[in-house]
Amino acid sequence: MSRIAAKFAALRQEGRGALVTYLQAFDPDRETYRAILHGLPAAGADVIEVGVPFTDPMADGPSIQKAGQRALKAGATAAGVLDLVRSLRTLDDTTPVVLMGYYNPILTYGVEAFCKDAATAGADGLIIVDVPPEEADEVEPHATANGLDLIRLIAPTTDEARLPKVLAATTGFIYYVAITGITGTRSADYASMAPTIANLKRHTDLPVAIGFGIRSPAQAAEAAQAADGAVVGTALVDTLAASLDSEGRAGPDTVKNVLGQVSGLAQAVRAARKVAA
Amino acid sequence: MNKPLPNSLRQGPDGRGRFGEFGGRFVAETLMPLILEVEAAYEASKKDAAFQAEWRRLLTHYVGRPSPLWYAERLTTHLRKKAAPGKGAKVYFKRDELNHTGAHKINAVLGQILLAKKMGKTRIIAETGAGQHGVATATACALMDLPCVVYMGATDVERQQPNVFRMKLLGAQIVPVTSGAATLKDAMNEGLRDWVANVHDTYYCIGTVAGPHPYPAMVRDFQSVIGTEARAQMLEAEGRLPDVLVAAVGGGSNAMGLFYPFLDDKDVAMVGVEAAGRGLDTHEHAAALSRGRPGVLHGNRTYLLQDGDGQITEAHSISAGLDYPGVGPEHSWLHEIGRVQYVGATDDEALEAFQLCSRQEGIIPALEPAHALAHVIKAAPEMPADSIMLMNLCGRGDKDIFTVAKHLGENI
Ligand SMILES: Cc1ncc(COP(=O)(O)O)c(C=O)c1O
Repeated sequence: MSRIAAKFAALRQEGRGALVTYLQAFDPDRETYRAILHGLPAAGADVIEVGVPFTDPMADGPSIQKAGQRALKAGATAAGVLDLVRSLRTLDDTTPVVLMGYYNPILTYGVEAFCKDAATAGADGLIIVDVPPEEADEVEPHATANGLDLIRLIAPTTDEARLPKVLAATTGFIYYVAITGITGTRSADYASMAPTIANLKRHTDLPVAIGFGIRSPAQAAEAAQAADGAVVGTALVDTLAASLDSEGRAGPDTVKNVLGQVSGLAQAVRAARKVAA
Repeated sequence: MNKPLPNSLRQGPDGRGRFGEFGGRFVAETLMPLILEVEAAYEASKKDAAFQAEWRRLLTHYVGRPSPLWYAERLTTHLRKKAAPGKGAKVYFKRDELNHTGAHKINAVLGQILLAKKMGKTRIIAETGAGQHGVATATACALMDLPCVVYMGATDVERQQPNVFRMKLLGAQIVPVTSGAATLKDAMNEGLRDWVANVHDTYYCIGTVAGPHPYPAMVRDFQSVIGTEARAQMLEAEGRLPDVLVAAVGGGSNAMGLFYPFLDDKDVAMVGVEAAGRGLDTHEHAAALSRGRPGVLHGNRTYLLQDGDGQITEAHSISAGLDYPGVGPEHSWLHEIGRVQYVGATDDEALEAFQLCSRQEGIIPALEPAHALAHVIKAAPEMPADSIMLMNLCGRGDKDIFTVAKHLGENI
């Protein structure tokens, strides 16, 4: 069983949803990010999304755009990101790692080589924001051959007619985008999403994580209860950014503040037991 | 209508929006359903006689089409002075700078805004570089009573002040974009972000033959009015087709508009002129085809300026309308199959051409077609005197006089 499937199965046994964290690799620099990454499992992250920086993140708001700029300035490359994943795997062999980013850096690396190297480094899945199912035939064979899940976003705009096509192209888990919009702009009423998720589940057996706009522990708990997981990204990136000096360099509290926030979110998610289905 | 021949170059894109390997629909899931809706609406509009008639009516009575074909006689004579005996092509201009709003952009904007209305969209967004597409979109929105938001890089807001004020007068809201180099690429990112957040009521009016399918094909089809007119006008004026077509290439819409109706005319050569900025061998240019390599940005696979890690690099050009690190996917395909030759013209060459055109022809061109003219100046004297070169004079220079004055050290 893949790490992703094993993790969601274990959490189902526990009767709770997953806390999925997103930060961008190399933000604000490689070693600070490495310290955060290594600390995430103990702080309570159940699934770790590692953002692969790109100059033109068209689905991201200002916070994650700036994170990308800091990361690129710090020398982020796709190969460098995979090195970081490899270093996590020397300490942790169970927490799933999902690489999330845009297509062009992967294309430049070589799709086949990237999938192979990502799997070897210990990554478990990919989210490529700008590769919809219509274009996925370039990626799918290589991801499958290397045992990487292709996690897809389902948006409020994804209609019933399109849903089966998107679901058929998804493995690992489903990332339900709670708002029509980019990251870090608006929040939704996550508690009210249970019917939407139930409807999704009529079409799929995959776990569903809700993301976009989740900032507080209470929101994370609601989302994790309404679905199988809550993704928190911009709120963590904002905490990280607030700890930096005026030059964008890590401060003494950067690692501590980010991991502290993850702990708070994790406690809330753990306290929110799922009603037995 | 003539059906394209089986071996025609005018059959693209395929069902996936590809020209060869270029193009496609590389967008986030949130946009995907809407992109498919735009495609369906556009396909329906092609067969909708009322839609086509309304677009034609606007082109005739609002834009002022057909634009004239002008034999640039003084320029031709001037260039022959430097040419060897028997050399020096006859130079013609397709005068899309005479269009209402001063550039070719209005051709595709009117088509797209009519489409938006037909789709029931009530809010229009656009990106703009030089401001010509923004002005055209703001104009169409004023005419059709739709709210309009224009994303424009902060750098471009600075260097295209007259167009910024024009858009304001027309009732548009201008949003300066400060991310990246604050130019056209960044404005397009913001346009896409706005669209993702407002898909329910908003239509994104893209200003060139780039973006996800169906935009490259749709904008090309609307702009093809340029080449279709020019072809008929040339046959009437000279009784034959031109030997070479020349057009500036930013995203590539004025060039595709001129080239497309001639693609199957094997004896007509075509040259696309990219902005070579401070030189093709410096890092400061916008020559995606000459110096870039294929990648994926803004919804399509195409030639891009990028570094070894697939990060997009900043373009540079004196011309805000050419200052873009990508190019429309159909150009990438025409480049790879060798049907069109792509060359560069530098900032200085464009400035030179800008002044020459003003003095020789009494036409102040935009800095974008001044790049095309810079190539004409180089190439016409090498061609036989009985050959014909047709250049797309796709915009007028009113918007550029402050930039040019600054470069010439004049205070106005
Ligand atoms: C007059 C003019 N020509 C050319 C361009 C470049 O665009 P394209 O290559 O799509 O024609 C612009 C863009 O702003 C323009 O204003």
